[in-house]
Amino acid sequence: MSNETTAAPGAEQLPHGIGSSLPSAEIRAKTEGTFPYASDLWAEGLLWAAVLRSPHAHARIVSIDVTHAEDMPGVRAVVTHEDVPGTPQHGRKTADRPLFASDVVRHHGEAIAAVAADHPDTARMAAAAIIVEYEVLDPVTDPEQAFEAAPLHPDGNLIRHIPLRHGDPEAAGEVVVEGLYRIGRQDPAPIGAEAGLAVPRPDGGVELYIASTDPHGDRDMAAACYGLTPEQVKVVVTGVPGASADREDASFQLPLGLLALRTSRPVKLTATREESFLGHAHRHPTLLRYRHHADAEGQLVKVEAQILLDAGAYADTSADALAAAVSFACGPYVVPNAFIEGWAVRTNNPPSGHVRGEGALQVCAAYEAQMDKLAKKLGVDPAELRLRNALATGDILPTGQTVTCPAPVAELLGAVRDFPLPGLPKDTPEEDWLLPGGPEGAGEPAAVRRGVGYGLGMVQLLGAEGTDEVSTATVKVHDGIATVICAAVETGQGFTTLARQIVQETLGIDDVRVAPVDTDQPPAGPSCHGRHTWVSGGAVERAAKMVRTQLLQPLAHKFGMSTELLQIADGKITSYDGVLSTTVEEAMDGKELWATAQCRPHPTEPLDADGQGDAFVGMAFCAIRAVVDVDIEIGSVRVVELAVAQDVGRILNPAQLRVRIEAGVTQGVGAALTENLRTPRGLVRHPDLTGYALPTALDAPDIRIVKLVEERDVVAPFGAKAASAVPVVTSPAAVAAAVRAATGRPVNRLPIRPQAAVGAELA
Amino acid sequence: MTLPVTLDEAVAALAAVPAAVPVAGGTDLMSSVNAGQLRPAALVGLGRISEIRGWQYQDGHALLGAGLTHARMGRPDFAALIPALAAAARAAGPPQIRNAGTLGGNIASAAPAGDSLPVLAALEAVLIIAGPGGTRREIPVSHLLAGMEMLAPGELIGFVRVPLLHAPQVFLKATGRTGPGRATASVALVLDPARRGVRCAVGAIAPMPLRPLEAEQWVAGLIDWDGERGLVPEALTAFGEYVAAACIPDHPPAEDGTAQPLPPAVLHLRRTVAALARRALGRALS
Repeated sequence: MSNETTAAPGAEQLPHGIGSSLPSAEIRAKTEGTFPYASDLWAEGLLWAAVLRSPHAHARIVSIDVTHAEDMPGVRAVVTHEDVPGTPQHGRKTADRPLFASDVVRHHGEAIAAVAADHPDTARMAAAAIIVEYEVLDPVTDPEQAFEAAPLHPDGNLIRHIPLRHGDPEAAGEVVVEGLYRIGRQDPAPIGAEAGLAVPRPDGGVELYIASTDPHGDRDMAAACYGLTPEQVKVVVTGVPGASADREDASFQLPLGLLALRTSRPVKLTATREESFLGHAHRHPTLLRYRHHADAEGQLVKVEAQILLDAGAYADTSADALAAAVSFACGPYVVPNAFIEGWAVRTNNPPSGHVRGEGALQVCAAYEAQMDKLAKKLGVDPAELRLRNALATGDILPTGQTVTCPAPVAELLGAVRDFPLPGLPKDTPEEDWLLPGGPEGAGEPAAVRRGVGYGLGMVQLLGAEGTDEVSTATVKVHDGIATVICAAVETGQGFTTLARQIVQETLGIDDVRVAPVDTDQPPAGPSCHGRHTWVSGGAVERAAKMVRTQLLQPLAHKFGMSTELLQIADGKITSYDGVLSTTVEEAMDGKELWATAQCRPHPTEPLDADGQGDAFVGMAFCAIRAVVDVDIEIGSVRVVELAVAQDVGRILNPAQLRVRIEAGVTQGVGAALTENLRTPRGLVRHPDLTGYALPTALDAPDIRIVKLVEERDVVAPFGAKAASAVPVVTSPAAVAAAVRAATGRPVNRLPIRPQAAVGAELA
Repeated sequence: MTLPVTLDEAVAALAAVPAAVPVAGGTDLMSSVNAGQLRPAALVGLGRISEIRGWQYQDGHALLGAGLTHARMGRPDFAALIPALAAAARAAGPPQIRNAGTLGGNIASAAPAGDSLPVLAALEAVLIIAGPGGTRREIPVSHLLAGMEMLAPGELIGFVRVPLLHAPQVFLKATGRTGPGRATASVALVLDPARRGVRCAVGAIAPMPLRPLEAEQWVAGLIDWDGERGLVPEALTAFGEYVAAACIPDHPPAEDGTAQPLPPAVLHLRRTVAALARRALGRALS
């Protein structure tokens, strides 16, 4: 926080504590363009790196000749698989990925070699001068072919198989609906492309300055590859330019450190947009086959499903994504009998990994399409059918886990259903109409149909299946300033703001700062599944409470009362009756108070051979009603409005919560309509932001946050549930449902292609 | 980087450094430069040449400077002159791109989805090319886009001559989204009451704009040019399908005589072109 803002007059009127809309401390620097991101890093005498990537999806490497590259003036080092001193393979969950391909390349864009040179152009030219002789092999790009295909990797092509069996396999309903669904490859498309700087240390170690979202995980991966101890590698987190997934791609950050160690000089790399698309993990393209059984009243009897996740060339976190997909395959509905078979398989497509709501998004689009089909077959209103089956606290998931957290599914759905519908454009002046196709588009009012559809979604909170979801935080108070030290990375999710609010609330100190993150701090884990709101927020609260006790203990002793009877507010400490009081400054008496605490939620267990087990710490739910306009001749879709009701446990920062929901819903609109990284024959097409269409301000609908249900989750710190992922998961299903209603077409593929949104009578 | 202030100075600067690349708005060129795909030895900036940043009138035609930005062409005074070009300019991208990108740049880049190109093709625009020594020559825009005539080294597009038709003109574009996007198909349609003609060009579906000449002649013959110009809906629909079938023809039947169906995506493109052409004609005649 700048001095300017802390010293501002009327500072006591600033938002303060939990429940306030405290703005982010970085907001000014970010909006003024002075916030330092990884691409702004600089070091004296630095070299520039470039990575040579495979142009083929599948090929055998016959030979690699680096002599021409090494001989180029200005080139300081060229490294290949032969130069990796440590373990040759790495990976987030499973170590199956080589730092540099040695004998085989398994996907387009796989790293083969890296160069450090005096100038970025020299580095790129030298990388291009490396002569690699390939024997091009047939790529396996259809995940259905992966089962039969020869193994693409020594670990085989099956990354995980979960056969979930729950209830009576013979159960049958009077009404049966079936469907086959396909979900495309969404890219996290971070607005700031990957960048980093590696600086060698005199002790033989290396420091990596990167926008990591999992600094300790990245440090351990790097140390293993370099053959160093974790203490010899330090990851320093720089400004993160947006992250809705695991940021920073191992295929450039690992070579960066290797080159720094090789040359004993700092080495920097800034990825181009194309390298960014080729390097990082994507959302799993998924094929889903469903059969829903219901009785004549529309009560679900049984769900059978087969779910096939395309993991791409390497395992990454696909096993976790599959667990989420299988566990939430029936959605937030009561399903007494479920038989879900899920596979994550290896192909020669670009690797898939953690992208917000992985696994849950794909199944949500499919089970909601099934609910629409069922409603149509039964002649029941789609919202009514969903209400009849809505999950509630105390119900049992298909994994056998009892839902113990708040699950206000029916309340959420009721809220969006009862919210007034937006007006039709015919009631407004014609020049104000925004038709499908945009302001200068071809939209013709006579060809536009409006549709309304519903989506209900759910996600897990925190890592599942026995992952140790622990975080550690330290709170220091000195000289009227509180400092939080916690390795939870601020990715834009608002953790640092939340940490400041927690300390303000607990200690009554307004000036709270959050220290920059590096791996000298104790681990806080990766930024995913809302874990920092829960475990890091919880650790900060505990540490702040310990500091509070240290501060108040001597006073309480002096006043002859327990610390609970003392309050801290506006820099003053007051007894419960207001009789005794002193200032915080006086109580501190120039001391420095420190406390460190951990937060670890209750343990979970892996899914067993039948896909059964208490695998999840918590869950969050969301209901969205989508209103779309479709030009049924051209098939262009405009999402007019999304009405959102969400289960948030407790609102910690209203402004930040709204922003997170709006951002999540919009990312879901992208997945529903435009975002699909196409890879014909395994080769990434159009790796740029013209070909890969992210939603713009005109594509983003009106987002109405109709209801935020505050039913506290008793096991979560503050009772709060992380809010970012579940709107991403739910909005594609809702948009698809609305397009279905507008066109009468089945809409069984995301993103929705224009030819699939042409009216049924014209198609 | 040189910054000439007249067209002839710019041509001279290009002649002096043959490897130099001219740059106007830079919206296409600079993204290639920034991505490291292009590394011009020198640049000749065209942004200070005031003579090509406006337009003038010349016996029933407008002589448009190649340096006109899309933002300028989108303004109402320009729209009153050449409505279809103004509509294409407004649809050409987000405001940042429209503020920088120029008419001449759109022609020189000749991207299949260039929004001004079908309009220029329908208007049968003629390019005035500036060459060394103050020479000027003319090339029909369609000849340049089809590669029948090329710019010689050191030549620049100076002006674009388009007829002032004083009649309705329409530009319609289909994209994959509501926000600014690349056209999947576009249609420009202009009426020429003096010559009793309808001229239409379809953009983005082929490397250059396509002119469905037979469909134009057929529909021009249906229109009552001296009375109410309207047509019945069936005629509009037939025109749309005529245009679409001309631009996206069926595959010839196989040797055994069986029909070869078009893939679904191509059929959808044809349907889109038909809808755009029908709507464009309907709006021009309404």
